[in-house]
Amino acid sequence: MALSAEQSGRLARLLTEQADRLTERWTELVTASLRGRLSRAELAGQARELHRSIIDAGENGLTELADEHGGELRAVLAELSAGRARQGFSATETAISVYALKDALLELMEESQGTETLRDFVAFSALIDQMGLFTFESYVRTRESLIADQAEQLLELSTPVVKLWEGVVAVPLVGTLDSARAQVVMERLLQALVDTGSPYAIIDITGVPAVDTQVAQHILKTVVAARLMGAECIISGIRPQIAQTIVALGIEFGDIATKASLADALRHVLRLSGVETAVRRPRRES
Amino acid sequence: MERVPILKIGDILLVSIQVDMSDQTAMQLQEDLAERIVATGCHGVIIDITALDIVDSFVGRMLSTIASISKVLDAETVVVGMRPAVAITLVELGLSLSGIRTALNVERGMELIAAARADEWDEADGDEDAETTATA
Amino acid sequence: MTAGVDLGVPATQAIRSDEDVVRVRQLVRTTAVAVRLSLVDQTKLVTAASELARNTLIYGGGGTAEVTTVDDGRRRGVRVVFADDGPGIPDLDLAFTDGYTTGSGLGLGLSGARRLVDDFDIRTAAGEGTRITVTKWSR
Repeated sequence: MALSAEQSGRLARLLTEQADRLTERWTELVTASLRGRLSRAELAGQARELHRSIIDAGENGLTELADEHGGELRAVLAELSAGRARQGFSATETAISVYALKDALLELMEESQGTETLRDFVAFSALIDQMGLFTFESYVRTRESLIADQAEQLLELSTPVVKLWEGVVAVPLVGTLDSARAQVVMERLLQALVDTGSPYAIIDITGVPAVDTQVAQHILKTVVAARLMGAECIISGIRPQIAQTIVALGIEFGDIATKASLADALRHVLRLSGVETAVRRPRRES
Repeated sequence: MERVPILKIGDILLVSIQVDMSDQTAMQLQEDLAERIVATGCHGVIIDITALDIVDSFVGRMLSTIASISKVLDAETVVVGMRPAVAITLVELGLSLSGIRTALNVERGMELIAAARADEWDEADGDEDAETTATA
Repeated sequence: MTAGVDLGVPATQAIRSDEDVVRVRQLVRTTAVAVRLSLVDQTKLVTAASELARNTLIYGGGGTAEVTTVDDGRRRGVRVVFADDGPGIPDLDLAFTDGYTTGSGLGLGLSGARRLVDDFDIRTAAGEGTRITVTKWSR
């Protein structure tokens, strides 16, 4: 427990009585640490909001950040750190926004002569430490979700599904195929089948450096799913080494058509679709 | 209990499942379809599951059963409109739905049925031709 | 099984009839949408719930499904508990056999349902009913 109920009340009173002085000093310290990347007015606003929520929590008898009275305070802290994370500030810069309150408080309390002062300061300090840690956690979480979003976007960009002909779509896979990527590819391919009404799909793995059991499984699942929907998949771009690996691993592609090149696969599908291709002879001037 | 409507379009029965069926409703559909196939003497059944957001083992079994029953009654069944998420789930669930023909939509389903009928007739014709050439 | 904190009051659906199985599906779907599970994950969870709810009705003689949203600090998820006071499952190994692919209709198909969810916990014994807890997390 960081604070006793009385200390909680004293903190609230101290903050209330010295509101302006505290928020001023606090804002000053934070502004200095962020070196002008956020306006003073904005920081002052954040300081006041944080100040307000600490007072509220204190008046409600908060003994530590994690208890139920701390809900609003935690929300304000989370908001603050998420903002910092999105704006590209470092973890330290974010934490300083909270720890600066300690310095401001210390300056204030040094002037007081009460016997409880030292113990109170230690208690307030413990609470601010909890707040700092919490802020750090929130910061990390926001950064992680930003990274996850970017990874997803990258995934989207690198898995195009193209329509090659009436009733034929193709997915040229490039790079390593991990579980996450395989999922995305499968879903997008299947959706493309529905959107274009194509009964044929060519999965080209020319650009896939290595095929292991996992990758083969993913491809197989995609083919089975497409069949369930009423479409047929052809796998193309199987290089000699990959063919050897597949046989060595004992992977059975069963009755799934496989072709060495995308061109072969397209020719195959066109034939299945009843399309005839012909070379046009140039007209001669007689 | 709701009943899934069955439409007759020419020589084909069309069922479009629009509701989240209870097991009883599914069983009723199975019965109704068998009855209608016999009553109309149709040769094709198209079951449109575009509106189904899940297909579990019960519905899967029902579809398989309908396919088997209709085959016995000389009709082709095609299931159309399966959603990608449903297909992916069925693969994970390990439900193979073997014995069921599928197509992307009603139009392709009809083509499939027509092609299946044509194949049958070709086979029958082929036997006749063989006889004719033999005697000539 | 990953822990996770229960958020909010669980929604309970009694399973005593065919229509109740449909209600369980709808309840699970609504919750999955609220937790923002991807479409594929929603489909998988609702399908698993359908299988398990049916088992509860047919093999368990009726029971309940309790749906809650959970949070493990990093992501949210949906947890469903299927409980019945039925005969229990004496041979779990048999129950986990893939009965569906043979099309025989036998077997509880628990292994199929297990593949569709992230966490799967089963407590059962002959004559002591069954309690199955499944969880699906958002990514």
